[in-house]
Amino acid sequence: MEHFLLQLFIFLAASAIAVPLAKKLGFGSVLGYLIAGIIIGPFGLSLIGEIEEVMHFTEFGVVMMLFLVGLELKPSLLWQMRTPILGMGGAQVVLSSSIIGGVSLIFLPWQQAIAIGLTLSLSSTAIVLQTLREKGLMNTSPGKSIFSVLLFQDLAVIPMLAILPLLATVTMHEGGHHESALFDISSLPGYLQITLTLLAILSIFFLGKFASRPIFRTIAATRVREIFVAAALALVVGISLLMMAVGLSPALGTFLAGVVLADSEYRHELESDIEPFKGLLLGIFFISIGASLNFTLIGEEILLIAGLTTGLIGSKWLVLVGVSFLFKMAKKERALFGIALAQGGEFAFVLFQLSKTNGVLPSETIEPLISAVAISMFLTPLLFLAHDKFIATRHGDEEDSREADAIDHGGHKVILAGFGRLGTDLGRFLISAGIKPVILDHDAANVDVLRKFGFEVYYGDITRLDLLEAAGASEAELLIITIGDIEKSRELVELAAKHYPHLKIAANAADRSSAYELMDLGVAQIRRETFGSALSLGQDALKILGFDPYEAHRLMRIFSKNDEEMMPELYKMLHEDEDSYISMYQKHNADLEELMTLDLNVDLEELDKAWTAANPET
Amino acid sequence: MSKILINFAHPARARSKINNALRTAVEGLEDVTINDLYAHYPDFLIDVKREQRLCENHDVIIFQHPFYWYSTPSIMKEWLDLVLQHGWAYGSQGRALQGKLFLQAITAGGDDSTYQKDGYNEFTIGELTSPYRATAKLCNMEWLPPFVVLGVHLGLPEEKVKAHVEGYRRTVKGLRDGTLDIEQARQGRYLNSNLNSTIRRS
Repeated sequence: MEHFLLQLFIFLAASAIAVPLAKKLGFGSVLGYLIAGIIIGPFGLSLIGEIEEVMHFTEFGVVMMLFLVGLELKPSLLWQMRTPILGMGGAQVVLSSSIIGGVSLIFLPWQQAIAIGLTLSLSSTAIVLQTLREKGLMNTSPGKSIFSVLLFQDLAVIPMLAILPLLATVTMHEGGHHESALFDISSLPGYLQITLTLLAILSIFFLGKFASRPIFRTIAATRVREIFVAAALALVVGISLLMMAVGLSPALGTFLAGVVLADSEYRHELESDIEPFKGLLLGIFFISIGASLNFTLIGEEILLIAGLTTGLIGSKWLVLVGVSFLFKMAKKERALFGIALAQGGEFAFVLFQLSKTNGVLPSETIEPLISAVAISMFLTPLLFLAHDKFIATRHGDEEDSREADAIDHGGHKVILAGFGRLGTDLGRFLISAGIKPVILDHDAANVDVLRKFGFEVYYGDITRLDLLEAAGASEAELLIITIGDIEKSRELVELAAKHYPHLKIAANAADRSSAYELMDLGVAQIRRETFGSALSLGQDALKILGFDPYEAHRLMRIFSKNDEEMMPELYKMLHEDEDSYISMYQKHNADLEELMTLDLNVDLEELDKAWTAANPET
Repeated sequence: MSKILINFAHPARARSKINNALRTAVEGLEDVTINDLYAHYPDFLIDVKREQRLCENHDVIIFQHPFYWYSTPSIMKEWLDLVLQHGWAYGSQGRALQGKLFLQAITAGGDDSTYQKDGYNEFTIGELTSPYRATAKLCNMEWLPPFVVLGVHLGLPEEKVKAHVEGYRRTVKGLRDGTLDIEQARQGRYLNSNLNSTIRRS
């Protein structure tokens, strides 16, 4: 136990030190993790052991990441992307495999060449997606192309896992690599295997589409936060187990589950619950990659490994640039597309391991290749940096407008926090104006009903930073707060002001004193929630009493304007002296009375002159 | 029998003397509809469909309003801007108002002498209302010279007001019953210049 805690401490402390440092230096978190790994690894301070086990366990972070990616991809969007996924992804994998395999064929037998070609054609989903997200490039068109290729690669791993054992050149002593914890599906006849696999995929679909909603609703109703987290984790882990049992990639399974749940109102809640786990696991995964760099080997075979790394990155880059020409990408996109996917991927470690145990490749071939893959992964954040420094800025000026076009408008502009009585009408109004807000509400029953009517409503506690992030606060323009509880409103305003200073805020306040509290926080746009209805009802009353409708309307407007003008003054007084505030309030009430009478007099006397054409000159 | 629509526009009706009196005189007459614009649209959000339907369902359209700044109260401008749509009121397809009668019933502060070339206002009522005459023409309507009550701010004597009120009632009824001689009416400066000869005794 102590040992475990110590190891955990070292990993966490290393990340806590290295990542902020790396970010400060502009390197991005991935590079920070990798460097932390080298430092605490066997060739640095030698603080950690069992790196392979850690790496194997934390690979689960990739699975979680694909679940999250799936959550952001609605099925319709995925369908729209079918051409880039199959086209670009397919072209990249086939061409890269052929070229790398072709070169390997010069030195190695064909079976080994194929295995190496396939394995090295894959890129690093973990590093690339993490970096794209950090740079906010996910929704840009090069970001989408890159993602499409990565998605195809993740799918391609499945047949690769099946093909590799068939390429064995060395007869291995018996002992299957693939042991399922539950049962071994491969002992079943073929048609049953296929049926079971299809059933597993269908069950994911069914679970996501129909079963998840009542389950999450029941859990949400308990309002015990950690149970929801537990359920979310259980979902991801459960699907991974199911996928492994039928011999499919767990990453693919959770990705599918994510896509099915992308339409769900619990999407943002799931996202923010899984996100920290994914982040941590991936972080430790990156650390273990850094730690697994075998510097002794690299030192001994420096030329070979440097050559392999250059060859790997160079050939993949060539293929990517070729693909980008084939699919007519813009000049600026080509550069990013090329460098983003030129590294080897984490699946290479898995596939090389598999090749070793199946006797496809001897370990003396694998060792330098693994080093080359790890170094190429290490170089990726540096390549991104170089791209930002030289290429992006150089193109920046000439193709500025073009880039703006490429940005997807999928990002919502308005977040509506609270969808109660006030929020409902406000939301309807905005939607009628063509503005589709992301709506967040904490009442699960409410959320259900509203979704039935086609609103985009999500369940969650908006005063949590992660949910705010998931709702797109970093790209949003406006946050509208319609929460009745002033404490919650304050919390939210403070949170938003701290983390999203660009975000404009419009808020409702239950009463005058809540309005002052919000003014304390610098909220510029505040409406007292009953004020508007009070005046409208007052206007109705005047009409019923026989006032001219137009006059009733004007009186209402005048009253409202006076009151609005009074607020800042009252607020100023409040801060000077509590007593004088009260007297000021009274004074203002008296003033208002006077103003109102004055208004009446204006209507009666001043306006009479204008509106009844009493020309004083004649 | 023609149907008459009176689009009434006065922003401070409670303090209007003449306009109220004129309006009261025609209120409740058969086939006369009074459409109070400020009362219907205190927020100026004019229901264009409703207004167009009203126009379509009547044969004579009267705009009754005080003469503000040589023009109409602001809501009437809004009304013209929104209701007289291309393809409905004008344009090659716009025939909804064709042949309908157009009349303004105006109350103004200055008396007749001020609305002369050498008078205080320098322009005649006919000149100042020419935009509405042009509007009527563009909409293929038959324009009539305005019904005017002048010199209001001087404080009209009671019997004069009474005469105007009666004249207005006779005009509206005459338009309704077809007893008002349109051709002769068009010769005068104001519709109510010489009502006795314009309207046949019925």
